[in-house]
Amino acid sequence: MVNFTPISASVGGMLIGVAATLLMLFNGRVAGISGILAACLNVKGSDMGCSAAFIAGLILAPMTASFVGYLMPPPQMPGSWGIIVIAGALVGFGTRLGGGCTSGHAVCGIARLSVRSIVATAIFMATAIVVVALSRHVLGV
Amino acid sequence: MQLLAALVCGLIFGWGLLISHMVEPTKVIGFLDIFGAWDPSLAVIMAAALVVSSVGFRLVAARQRPVLTAQAHWPTRTDVDQPLVTGAILFGVGWGLVGLCPGPALENLVMLSPRVIVFVVAMACGMGLHRIWQEWRSEAKVHHAAESTVDG
Repeated sequence: MVNFTPISASVGGMLIGVAATLLMLFNGRVAGISGILAACLNVKGSDMGCSAAFIAGLILAPMTASFVGYLMPPPQMPGSWGIIVIAGALVGFGTRLGGGCTSGHAVCGIARLSVRSIVATAIFMATAIVVVALSRHVLGV
Repeated sequence: MQLLAALVCGLIFGWGLLISHMVEPTKVIGFLDIFGAWDPSLAVIMAAALVVSSVGFRLVAARQRPVLTAQAHWPTRTDVDQPLVTGAILFGVGWGLVGLCPGPALENLVMLSPRVIVFVVAMACGMGLHRIWQEWRSEAKVHHAAESTVDG
């Protein structure tokens, strides 16, 4: 557990909880990023503006953090381009089909003790653990 | 005002992902890799977020309505159906392959890394595909219903 960072994880996690609470308090919306992105991409929908504003905030966050000296590390994504495309498509399709992702199900949904969210979170976590185990320890990618 | 609230919430959410290191795909893979050098940080992130949001949601739910709009949109479904299960499996595979879920993927766009951009475009296409598939299915259903009334 050399990489375990409980303090930053607690502080960051609490901020995520604060953001989810505030979005519900002010706009009455669930902070599910996959749902927000889908609403942002849906030009016919009514939530496009607020969804785009939320995503803008998400993308601007590292910039504002850099003003106080907190620099975001460049993303490290090993794997071929093919894997990245397939993974992206699966995340997009799967989160819409399953009605949520890590934020909508694992944070907001479980906080409401939603059975759907608890089941979805258990399944996507277990699946991801199996995929990592297979790719790292069986196939050695 | 709703736009401003959404922007500020996005900022706070983004700071949370950044400070907790959840924006880093390697951190996420480190959590998912329970058979390797396991890093339980992500469980702490989730637990901390859940403590705040479960208390927060309880307080918010006690209010008549949200501050800036007439109605709160709480999800209402409680049934576990096949799309939920299949969707969670597909998402899990994609998440496990590269360690990016939608929030961190979008936030990483700021780094202008080609790999992240390709991932986000593929993710948007996946969402688009789901929409097209759904529309096609509901049209097929209408068509089918029309046919059956003709037959009957």
